Amino acid sequence: MEFGPHLILAMLEGLVQASVLTLTALGLSLVFGVMRVVNVAHGEFFMLGAVLAWWITALAGGPPALGFVLALIGAPLAVGLLAAAADWLVLRRIDYDPERTIVATIGLLYILQQGVLMTYGPEARPVAPPFNHRLAIPWFEWGAEGLEFYFPWGLSTTSYKLFVVAAALAVGLGLWAVMVRSRLGLVLRATQADSETAQAFGVPVERVYALVFGIGAALAALGAVLVVPIRQAHYLMGGDPLLLSFIVVIIGGLGSLRGTVLAAVLIGMSDGIISVFFSPTLAKILATLLVALVLVYRPQGLFGKARA
Amino acid sequence: MSRKQPSPTLSRRKVLTGMAATSLAASALPGHLYGATDAPIKIGFQVHRTGIGAAYGRWYDRTTSAAARVINEAGGINGRPVEIIAEDDGTDPKRGAEVLEKFANQHGCDIAFGTLFSHVVIGSAPRAGELKLPYFVVSEGHHVASGMLNRWTIQPGITDVKSQVQAMAPFVAENLGKKVTMIYPDFAFGHDHRDFFSAAIEKQGGKVVAKIAIPPTETSFTRYFPQIPRDTEVIYHVMVGPAVLTFVKEMGEFFGPAHPEIFGFIDSLEAVDLATPGLEFLEGSHFWEGMPRYVQPDQPEYVDFYRQQVGLDDNGASVDDPRDVATMAHMFGCWETLHVIKDAMEAAGYRGPADRAALIEAVEAMGDMPAGRAHPQGPKVFNGRTHQVFGVQYISQVAGGRLEVKHVTSIEDGLYPDEVDYTSQSF
Repeated sequence: MEFGPHLILAMLEGLVQASVLTLTALGLSLVFGVMRVVNVAHGEFFMLGAVLAWWITALAGGPPALGFVLALIGAPLAVGLLAAAADWLVLRRIDYDPERTIVATIGLLYILQQGVLMTYGPEARPVAPPFNHRLAIPWFEWGAEGLEFYFPWGLSTTSYKLFVVAAALAVGLGLWAVMVRSRLGLVLRATQADSETAQAFGVPVERVYALVFGIGAALAALGAVLVVPIRQAHYLMGGDPLLLSFIVVIIGGLGSLRGTVLAAVLIGMSDGIISVFFSPTLAKILATLLVALVLVYRPQGLFGKARA
Repeated sequence: MSRKQPSPTLSRRKVLTGMAATSLAASALPGHLYGATDAPIKIGFQVHRTGIGAAYGRWYDRTTSAAARVINEAGGINGRPVEIIAEDDGTDPKRGAEVLEKFANQHGCDIAFGTLFSHVVIGSAPRAGELKLPYFVVSEGHHVASGMLNRWTIQPGITDVKSQVQAMAPFVAENLGKKVTMIYPDFAFGHDHRDFFSAAIEKQGGKVVAKIAIPPTETSFTRYFPQIPRDTEVIYHVMVGPAVLTFVKEMGEFFGPAHPEIFGFIDSLEAVDLATPGLEFLEGSHFWEGMPRYVQPDQPEYVDFYRQQVGLDDNGASVDDPRDVATMAHMFGCWETLHVIKDAMEAAGYRGPADRAALIEAVEAMGDMPAGRAHPQGPKVFNGRTHQVFGVQYISQVAGGRLEVKHVTSIEDGLYPDEVDYTSQSF
């Protein structure tokens, strides 16, 4: 493949990857920022979103678009409620102690993964996209008669992949608006800044924590619902998003939403481009190396605030 | 079994003590030594219930159960019933070796059987050798015939990859094209494809222009396809793992309306419905099939019998759920291997674990295996020196969303010189 079309294809693939990663990592970052909880089960909430999307679309029947819209609403809602319940029943009882929450969320990871294995089974199951058209992308070259347009082999994307990018963008903007403009955002930011003072001002911190844990998980589930028509729902699919989300959140700065978005786009795009031109393994190696460098030279992350 | 009547010269007391001693001895000895004539023959079944091989595991399980039922209904092995003891190996080599240990030491199995994924076979076989446990694999990999394993590991029910691809290469070169790009999973099984098909196509005057290795746990594939060179005439694809459907769909999206010839191993779509939206571009393309998935017009009676016993509909899906598509091209190996085990145990007069070496020797002595209810995939020839069986292969074309057999290779097409003589190894 020629360099130009190859690069465009790499960027398109990277953009889809970055979009889903942004949503998933935002969830992880939100939970850490507000609650100071490292949620190891985050990838399983992602997986659960995909599995529920399959389940809802299979139950709904009818045209694929109907089932997909129901899944888009239902799956994040259900996953969010489950996560809030887990917070209320488990994390709250161990006082959000950092070491114990890590162990508790590891336990949660296995419970969710094995629970899905026992009920949904070990198969990978597809979800039909609501719409899907192959869009060939034209390319140009200087020919004998000046500028010529043609359609190179393989340079294409699908309408659904573009929709994923747009949807992720919309959700990201929505989350930003909530955090900055709404009363809920104010409460969240106050809890993040200093939970004890916030409580003294009448913020129900325990409920905020449950809400944040639910929203974080719902964001992961939403990312999964968007990606499942491209991939498939499988009980082991939570591993990669967890690893990449941690990479993104560490690079962006734990708790910084702006840093998370930027790092997700950076990692997603570089993953796409390096994967296409070299190998996906090299992309993972470089991302991990970047994490190591950030931890050594800028432990608070690119946009994180250094803590005393 | 009838107990001898005590002769009248024996005293009552002697008879009673004798009977007490016998029953004491009987309760102390394990079942497979005493009363071996009616205790079940225990076959440890190493099955991929979870992990990336789960779809295969589900159907290997069903085929094995059906074969065991058929064998038991016909009187079992040497008059003893067969009992299948299944253990999940998680499609994981480390777990695979542990499972073999459980079979030998905990369940008291006579033999182990049924593994598919090559990395699990390669990880488990050394343990089988140490345990001196006959290990019947249904794996396709060339690792048995290459000599890298041991005398206790044997593959009598399914042809290996080296033989399969050697039989495919002439068809690909003559009918599809000579410049081939290979896409294969990046582990032992895929490397067998890479090495042996490259050699085989060169013999036909063809050439592999690119080799694209993809990790079997990969979930996104579009990024690999730009490595396909423009002068490719044939795409040769073989993929495994939970994301095979995504792989084939993204290949279709990548090429759009203008794709080169496509030749695939059905592994890329095992357990996947060919009528799935997004697979329309495969119409007219060719596949290797170990055994035809769809009912063929001139199908022999024994194939009907096999399909009916396993519970398959005309499209190679479960009779209970048409969306549950079988791994038709591989699972026959479980059925046939169990029948080989039956024949070998009867030939060896197998009574218990003490006869395990004799069992291996009995399999090694096998040769021609005619097609029939015990061998529904087709006729086979077993090579006792390399522990590998050789059979016919099917080449099918997608027509109207179904696979129609276009060519059946001969056993001779897939033969190659021995690379090992396991019979020269000691037990």
